[in-house]
Amino acid sequence: MADSAPPSKSRDLDKLLLRPGNLVGPTFDPGVQLRDDLQEYARVLVVGAGGLGCELLKDLALSGFKNLEVIDMDRIEVTNLNRQFLFRLEDVGKPKAEVAAKRVMERISGVNIVPHFCRIEDKDIGFYNDFNIIALGLDSIEARSYINAVACSFLEYDSDDNPREETMKPMVDGGTEGFKGHARVIVPGVTPCFECTIWLFPPQVKFPLCTLAETPRNAAHCIEYAHLIKWDEVHSGKAFDPDNPDHMKWVYDEAVKRAELFGIPGVTYSLTQGVVKNIIPAIASTNAIISAACTLETLKIASGCSKTLSNYLTYNGVEGLHTKVTEFVKDNDCLVCGPGVLIELDTTVTLKKFIDMLEEHPKLLMTKASITYHGKNLYMQAPPILEEMTRSNLELPLYDLMDKIPKGVLHVTGTVDRGNRKSSGLRKLRVVYKGIDGVTDMDMAGGA
Amino acid sequence: MNSAKTSWMRIETGEEKKAKNPVAMAEHRKEKTPSFSLSSDFHRTGAMIRLFKVKEKQRELAENANGGAPVKKQSPGELRLHKDISELNLPKSCAITFPNGKDNLMNFEVSIRPDEGYYFGGTFLFSFQVSPIYPHEAPKVKCKTKVYHPNIDLEGNVCLNILREDWKPVLNINTVIYGLYHLFTEPNYEDPLNHEAAAVLRDNPKMFESNVRRAMSGGYVGQNFFARCI
Repeated sequence: MADSAPPSKSRDLDKLLLRPGNLVGPTFDPGVQLRDDLQEYARVLVVGAGGLGCELLKDLALSGFKNLEVIDMDRIEVTNLNRQFLFRLEDVGKPKAEVAAKRVMERISGVNIVPHFCRIEDKDIGFYNDFNIIALGLDSIEARSYINAVACSFLEYDSDDNPREETMKPMVDGGTEGFKGHARVIVPGVTPCFECTIWLFPPQVKFPLCTLAETPRNAAHCIEYAHLIKWDEVHSGKAFDPDNPDHMKWVYDEAVKRAELFGIPGVTYSLTQGVVKNIIPAIASTNAIISAACTLETLKIASGCSKTLSNYLTYNGVEGLHTKVTEFVKDNDCLVCGPGVLIELDTTVTLKKFIDMLEEHPKLLMTKASITYHGKNLYMQAPPILEEMTRSNLELPLYDLMDKIPKGVLHVTGTVDRGNRKSSGLRKLRVVYKGIDGVTDMDMAGGA
Repeated sequence: MNSAKTSWMRIETGEEKKAKNPVAMAEHRKEKTPSFSLSSDFHRTGAMIRLFKVKEKQRELAENANGGAPVKKQSPGELRLHKDISELNLPKSCAITFPNGKDNLMNFEVSIRPDEGYYFGGTFLFSFQVSPIYPHEAPKVKCKTKVYHPNIDLEGNVCLNILREDWKPVLNINTVIYGLYHLFTEPNYEDPLNHEAAAVLRDNPKMFESNVRRAMSGGYVGQNFFARCI
């Protein structure tokens, strides 16, 4: 008979972390120390405590990560219960982040999860910097773009335009939609960031307003008519709240009336929710699969136990199972994660002089530049009203306008003249001031 | 999850086929990202746990000396909007104002004074609201002036194709403003939001003209009262 000691809880993890292998990373150092270090030092933030978030918390906790935090601004709803398995009927109405954290800590010993019941924008940037890896279980382009911008804002480049490894904040981003999903690894400065590939998204489906008003042809047209046009007619001033069941019911009733008027079948309450909130029915298995991929990548990034996904995995379970990994390429001109052009300046240079210098800079050749810094428009060439409002900044030193810090990032936009072809350009600049706090003179070398 | 991504992936697959072995892969990658000569993303960073340990030990210490806590930069949407605004080239009939000051370009107003056509002499105010993921999403535009127009309803919704189904990220604020201007010089009864106005324009242009004049001068058209805007 086998001996009576039960198998160690970390038996499977040990197979990855305690022994060497052929697919391991160059600095992989197998042993108990590695397993303990992951537990003690790796801090992971899970963004979202919904379909993916619940799975991620469970998977990460079971994969040896003991310092987790989770952030989600929503409360639990009945429709979540088919897949957000950490929640029960009696939890409906409570904050997702708090219930999820509590449930996982109850089931898995040793893990500590701090919940945050708030919007991702409500947190300071410093909050995000405290984590080593950020795992995303989000449901919108806007939220991903925000977190991506925050994570990439920590990235710094050296004077040779190489990203500095200690400033990279890796993210593992998962997404699901019915039977389809994706998992991607984003290491700012190395892989493409979310913004590098955002142009791949197709435009959202938007019906012409006149179709909605005059010639609806399907159930979705009737619903959008009620949602976008009839609502304002009847409730002018009051904002439509998709999370308010009375508002949704009102839209449904109006959509039904409209559909009857035009003889269009198919308007149901659940279709109404789907069209208005852009919801696609969610499936537990897709979330489980994508979360597993994301967790594994998180483990690989932290431990080096295997080669990471490079860098975008798609999954499709509509018929059979299909997965593919594609290596997307970073955009060197990306405004969010790219190095920009390094510019070295004296603290005495005025904004006007700086704008003139941009015309001569070999990597820029930009005329009539408008300059913006951290949301402040330092100078606008147009329209006339903004030019007037910003003209007074021209005489001030750029160093002062940039909060007198030794280095910072500016964005400039203007006309770029390449011989016989003029085009408009929007560029990111890394400005470093000479002679401040031990920043040594760097060879600008004409931007070579 | 969408056809654009799939077609891009097919192209990448073709390129991958060209670079079948690791050496060629490294060369291929060298061309695309000249700063990195290593053969995979992973080898660039190695196991990050050693960095995490170092960072943890530093966590309690002071913020890094070079400039303190990192500050959030603008969203890419704001930057692209900044570019569009700085390149605005508006006709005399259109004016733009920024009620929230020079640093908040995401919400602004445009007033249009057509210099020809049915609406000659009237002034019409539009509000623009730009999203953080602009230009992935079209700006939200509403007409703040109550107007008798086949393509603008009484709540201020504007039926303009480029604001909805025909929006493309390559378009910009200038094109939207020109599109709005065009609505006044060439109202059309084929995309109506205001069915009565559209029907009158189609069947009785002279009556349409006098309705527009009456509405702009301040008065009733049918049951609806229009404030003076001329």
